[in-house]
Amino acid sequence: MINTKKPFLKKWMGVVLAGGLMASGMAQAEFDRSTMLANTCVGCHGINGISDGPAIPSIGGMSEEYFINSMKEFRAGERPNTIMTRLAKGYTDQDIEDMAKYFAKQKYVQVEQAHDRQAAQLGQRLHNTFCDRCHDAAGTNPEDEAGFLSGQMRAYLEYSLQDYLSGEREYKESRMKRELESLINRHGDAGVQQLLDYYASGKE
Amino acid sequence: MKLNMTRRNLLKASAVSVAAGSMASFSGLASAHNHGGKHKVVIVGGGIAGATAAKSLKRLDPNMDVTLIEAGADYHTCFMSNEVINGDRDIKTIRFTLDGLKKQGINVVIDEVTGIDAKGKKVSTKGGKSFGYDRCIVAPGVELNYSAIQGYSAEVAKTIPHAWKAGEQTAILRDQLAAMKDGGTYVLVCPPNPFRCPPGPYERASLVAKYFKDNKPKSKVILLDPKPAFSKKGLFEDAWKRHYGYGSANAMIEWHGEDGVVSVDPKTKTVTTAKGKTVKADVLNIVPPQKAGKIAQIAGLTNDSGWCPIQGKTFESTIHKDVYVIGDAAIAAPLPKSGYAANSEAKVAAVAVYASLTGKSMIEPSWVNTCYSIVAHDEAISVAAVYAYEGDKIISVPNSGGLTPGGDGFNAEHRKREVQYAYSWFNNIVADTFK
Repeated sequence: MINTKKPFLKKWMGVVLAGGLMASGMAQAEFDRSTMLANTCVGCHGINGISDGPAIPSIGGMSEEYFINSMKEFRAGERPNTIMTRLAKGYTDQDIEDMAKYFAKQKYVQVEQAHDRQAAQLGQRLHNTFCDRCHDAAGTNPEDEAGFLSGQMRAYLEYSLQDYLSGEREYKESRMKRELESLINRHGDAGVQQLLDYYASGKE
Repeated sequence: MKLNMTRRNLLKASAVSVAAGSMASFSGLASAHNHGGKHKVVIVGGGIAGATAAKSLKRLDPNMDVTLIEAGADYHTCFMSNEVINGDRDIKTIRFTLDGLKKQGINVVIDEVTGIDAKGKKVSTKGGKSFGYDRCIVAPGVELNYSAIQGYSAEVAKTIPHAWKAGEQTAILRDQLAAMKDGGTYVLVCPPNPFRCPPGPYERASLVAKYFKDNKPKSKVILLDPKPAFSKKGLFEDAWKRHYGYGSANAMIEWHGEDGVVSVDPKTKTVTTAKGKTVKADVLNIVPPQKAGKIAQIAGLTNDSGWCPIQGKTFESTIHKDVYVIGDAAIAAPLPKSGYAANSEAKVAAVAVYASLTGKSMIEPSWVNTCYSIVAHDEAISVAAVYAYEGDKIISVPNSGGLTPGGDGFNAEHRKREVQYAYSWFNNIVADTFK
């Protein structure tokens, strides 16, 4: 039950599910090394790993694999970031795996942020054309191993796109490079903003 | 922010169901000597450390009887108060109440703790109440040692603020700076180590200079400091050079090290340093030397240094058994006296308290500190570290953490992002602590 991977389809469902989940297993789950380590993350990344914004991303609900890969990339300096490249060096492989378990048990909750509704509608089309094949359910399904998009912190997504486009961050899939460059060629920076408006709307 | 509502409801709903669901599963485990089978923990102080500890204990054991006693009805965070002082931020945004804790079943008492009887295991208050405990967590923050500077006092601080405990003091300094004429001098008297928020005075100087540059460009910031160096010094000085002419004839910020202030004439707002230099201010801000909060001293939890010695693995006092000291009052170096460290220490102490009450072995602890300083428009710098417990002491994990890259590693885009990370950090840590 804890590992139910389906993202929320309706926000109110989240309330019911999470309530039941915590009642059944919280106390035990909190007294372990996983929680001890994760406790040091949530001061910045938010309660249960869901950020209150504006720029630090939500990490609650991430798959173990995605979390572990991200931390190892930061630790190796392969992924640009001013803070995480410094912090990730403080953890062993085991630490990272333990943390990953904690966050994989949490629920990803989309956080609605300021957005232009019309732009968001255009952004939805762009998402469906360029991003949907890898980022399932508007990028809310942790099982796609492709990173959260809808309801993720807008500034974080913008920084990530900037880093990919500037070449500072290496594409994991050559497909993403092709799709992103194609989006820019056809829709320009406005298209990127529309995409961000869509994700900020928290819609799927 | 519709979904934030959902998140609040989610937390509320979970607290209710946890409380209901756990009654059955935990009643058999409880083995406290009294209090009707419930473990009773009393927390003294409702700042970052105390509030986080209360929340953490409830998460570990929703059936635990957790009482938090705090003298003030609301709390202003010291972090981000420098943005209030320079007019960038409304003071309401740094004000928090303990209502969120009440909703989670924590017994919040607004009263002043006047005694901790470590032998009788009870805490007494000014209001005449007494609270028995199985474990006590003390998080009193710092006490300002006014008498270290001749002529300074709590009374004088009403017109010459320290603004080192946020709230009314923050507003006094903000209003004085707003009223100061262009061409005036703001003098910031820095404290000796150790003190709350090591980069705080230097961020304050930066943000006041930012305000002057935009609004009162003939004005000046002068720092008088007993120390030869300070937190993030290289990064601050580099930013001051680029933004505020530091080191030049027209410097908007001057820093004078290794010469602390020893006395003040409140009437003329003139301070005298140890080496006999006198400086007259238009707006004077004195941050006096500090020690552990008063109740820690009354309870005999401090040593000769004025701070509280603790066992690094658990934060239990090395003086009094079953009493834990967390936050700025504790001697926890290399962990700094910062908000993030206080939050991190509180979580470790909560695990330790829970372990000791249930006879479980303590989990290997881990701490983090992340501390941002905003230095100019679109520029912030930070220090971050991961801490572990090794060979009976707290260590900063080697080859990790450190400062925002400077020099050849300077990255304007990353500095700009750090401002947004600082705001994110603020939103998330206050939620983690109070909501």
